[in-house]
Amino acid sequence: MTTTLIAAPKRMLDLTVDGQAVRVLEGSTLLDACRLAGIDTPTLCYGDTLTPVNVCRVCVVELEGARTLVPSCSRKAEAGMVVHTDSERVRTSRKLVLELLGSSVDLSLAPEALEYIERYDAKPERFGADAATVAQDVKVDNDLYVRDYSRCILCYKCVSACGEDAQNTFAIAVAGRGFGAHISTELDVTLPESACVYCGNCIAVCPTGALMSKSEYDRRRAGTWDEASEEVVTTVCPYCGVGCNLELHVQGDDIVNVTSPDDHDVTRGNLCIKGRFGFQFVQNRK
Amino acid sequence: MDLRLLDALPTDAERDAIDAVVGEADGASDRVAHADRTRRHLLLPALRAAQLRVGWVSEGALGYASRRLSVPPADAYGVASFYALLALEERPADLTHVCTDLSCALKGARVAPGEHASPCLGLCERAPASYRTIAGVAPRELQLPESGPPLPQAGDSSLRLLRRIGAGIDPTSLEAYVAAGGFEQLRRARELGGDTVIGELKESRLLGRGGAAFPTGVKWEAVAGQQAQPHYVVCNADESEPGTFKDRVLMESDPFALVESIAIAAFATGARKAFIYVRAEYPLAHERIRNAIARSAPHLDGIEIELRIGAGAYVCGEETALFQSIEGYRGEPRNKPPFPVEVGLFGKPTAVNNVETLFNVLEVLRDGGADYALTGTEGSTGTRLFCVSGCVERPGLYELPFGATLRELLELAGSAPPKAVLLGGAAGAFVGPELLDLKLTHEDTRAAGVTLGSGVVIVYDERAELVPALLRIAEFFRDESCGQCVPCRVGTVRQEEALMRLAAGAPHADERETLAELAQVMRDASICGLGQTAANAIESAIVNLGVFA
Ligand SMILES: Cc1cc2nc3c(=O)[nH]c(=O)nc-3n(C[C@H](O)[C@H](O)[C@H](O)COP(=O)(O)O)c2cc1C
Ligand code: SF4
Ligand code: SF4
Ligand code: SF4
Ligand code: FES
Ligand code: FES
Repeated sequence: MTTTLIAAPKRMLDLTVDGQAVRVLEGSTLLDACRLAGIDTPTLCYGDTLTPVNVCRVCVVELEGARTLVPSCSRKAEAGMVVHTDSERVRTSRKLVLELLGSSVDLSLAPEALEYIERYDAKPERFGADAATVAQDVKVDNDLYVRDYSRCILCYKCVSACGEDAQNTFAIAVAGRGFGAHISTELDVTLPESACVYCGNCIAVCPTGALMSKSEYDRRRAGTWDEASEEVVTTVCPYCGVGCNLELHVQGDDIVNVTSPDDHDVTRGNLCIKGRFGFQFVQNRK
Repeated sequence: MDLRLLDALPTDAERDAIDAVVGEADGASDRVAHADRTRRHLLLPALRAAQLRVGWVSEGALGYASRRLSVPPADAYGVASFYALLALEERPADLTHVCTDLSCALKGARVAPGEHASPCLGLCERAPASYRTIAGVAPRELQLPESGPPLPQAGDSSLRLLRRIGAGIDPTSLEAYVAAGGFEQLRRARELGGDTVIGELKESRLLGRGGAAFPTGVKWEAVAGQQAQPHYVVCNADESEPGTFKDRVLMESDPFALVESIAIAAFATGARKAFIYVRAEYPLAHERIRNAIARSAPHLDGIEIELRIGAGAYVCGEETALFQSIEGYRGEPRNKPPFPVEVGLFGKPTAVNNVETLFNVLEVLRDGGADYALTGTEGSTGTRLFCVSGCVERPGLYELPFGATLRELLELAGSAPPKAVLLGGAAGAFVGPELLDLKLTHEDTRAAGVTLGSGVVIVYDERAELVPALLRIAEFFRDESCGQCVPCRVGTVRQEEALMRLAAGAPHADERETLAELAQVMRDASICGLGQTAANAIESAIVNLGVFA
């Protein structure tokens, strides 16, 4: 993954990341610079197709001359910056942020977060068994997907995907505040009562398994979920003429999920209800 | 955009209240597809109007406001549920919010059944205090007790910012203000021209009084020089730092001076429109400012000043959260850079200043920048307002030149020998008696590892307990975190949990290290000043005073 900047007359900026000289296009972020320098930087709320909200703070880096650490995913590179991505301060912050998340949220289906926890030797259990969590019942209120907000890290990705960054439906938003902040429809009504059109674009961006297709959820509960056997078949959506690329995730004889590649020009990972969930009709006809 | 709107209908009363803010519905513009999205900034005023009318924000009112302003209902719900004073469940039309914060706790505050507990109401010199709202056709809001002790230094000829208040000039009368020299500085500013005004400000070395101590002249110059138009001026009167009440006193008792200084700011930065954002719990200030704006029109040369009222959120005092709030969004601080001077209110160059800062602008113009800088010290020019409360005989607002010592201030206020003093508010730090000779300046407090912040001085005498104060501070930050970023959203919860275990005498083995690490990471990795300072006072009490040692 490199920077994807296309506008013509942009300057190149020279900066230093972990002692390496890095040259990036003006407009790039420090995360872009880290990636260019081959430095693997953890991110949770950042998505290549979404406007950075810089809320998870797991991507922070140390910028010489700055009072605090800065989020690499949104901080724009400037000429002459000297950046450290693996200092004691950076490691402490990344580790504690992961501990704060791990102690309050069920991360068992969040592969990136689990990997970072291991990488930074984070110990979420340090806060004890009584530490407050966001544990709550799973919301199962429709046949297409479920919402398990006890797994939600509040990365805002679903809100961006449902709103300005993709779907323009604005069915969900962040409500409440502080530790009580949560993703919600208006007045917390069920999805069928909300503006949701079941495009599933929120599911596609959710990094924690908080949003999950009903088919996956049911299989997991029944113990028939078998990720190891899963194969991905690429095809073009048959429902209309747009030509969205589909990735059919197949376990045994069943299509269990449908996604679209993030780097596909047309979809940028997004689909509509037919592409995302139409496979159920294919299967029901069997 | 396909919006499925809430089906519930407003009552006639709710509809009228909202229409009074957003204008009559004319049918056509009421349909979402054609509606004007830029009216979103009226969302908070509309919700507030509905609540003042019927006591809460019902489903029908929320749906109606979101339809009228074309805000998606989920989004409108997200905004309404952000603000502590907006009720999304029905509750009594007559409700009392009792302050349980630091100074009121020292004065025995108690919440009776049916009352709501509240963070600091900015009435600390009258502690214990409360705020009562009575919804209805003619809604009433009361700050209780309705009056407090008189200005302690009234009549003192050395007063500058408090000069007119000390002289008892009628705060509702334009004539009285003009007779006392009012609007002379605005006239002078026009004569001098914007560049010269900014030059005087830079020469005065005036630093912002809102907490961050940024040079005001530099800020105005940066805004004035921006190509993007329009420019805005925003007066930050959210004043929600526990222990702070200075801006309230200034606004209630000298509102025309604020209007004059805002007009000078607009003139110098090239703005035609300014906002004053005042916290909801200051109804008398709202009334006085509304009156002053209306009566000052002949002096304002077309500069428009609009009063905006908060709804219970400390974080909305953070400048970018304040912009979000005015624009009709959740009060979530934005990441900086870009800074407000470039990308501020409605994405435009904005000069945002604290009330006390703006009052100083009048003094700078009166004296000239160089003479203004003769008062105070090299690094801290002019005078400073101190909000003194807690265990003192004469709580209230004091004005002293920078460089006076803490001991001098406490002697004026009639303090017993203190066990500890909280400087700068919940985001500030506790100091012990060994620091009584600390000079109250930016440079001296910085060297001592503390801060003047918003001028808070809360005194704890020998009998006062510090542990409950620390728990209250932890609760405050946990309650007031906007919830955006992980270090603050979860860190303030873990901080409070650790303190509660310490207070209960049942700490984990490594509790002190945990608190220190939380403090470091909240400071280092939080988005805004709220999270960055949420551990300061607690850490200072543990380190400086040996609480829990
Ligand atoms: C959590 C938080 C709350 C704040 N509350 C206020 C406030 O109530 N009033 C204020 O003037 N500044 C407040 N500030 C500081 C503002 O962000 C900003 O620095 C200030 O309004 C600038 O004005 P000045 O330059 O005149 O000081 C707050 C900052 C933070 C982080
Ligand atoms: S499924 Fe689509 S419309 Fe529904 S909440 Fe998710 S992104 Fe929004
Ligand atoms: S539901 Fe998923 S995508 Fe949405 S905020 Fe939570 S973790 Fe992020
Ligand atoms: S530090 Fe706290 S208040 Fe500030 S943005 Fe983060 S969560 Fe919100
Ligand atoms: S990835 Fe940068 S803050 Fe979340
Ligand atoms: S009004 Fe109660 S502490 Fe300020």
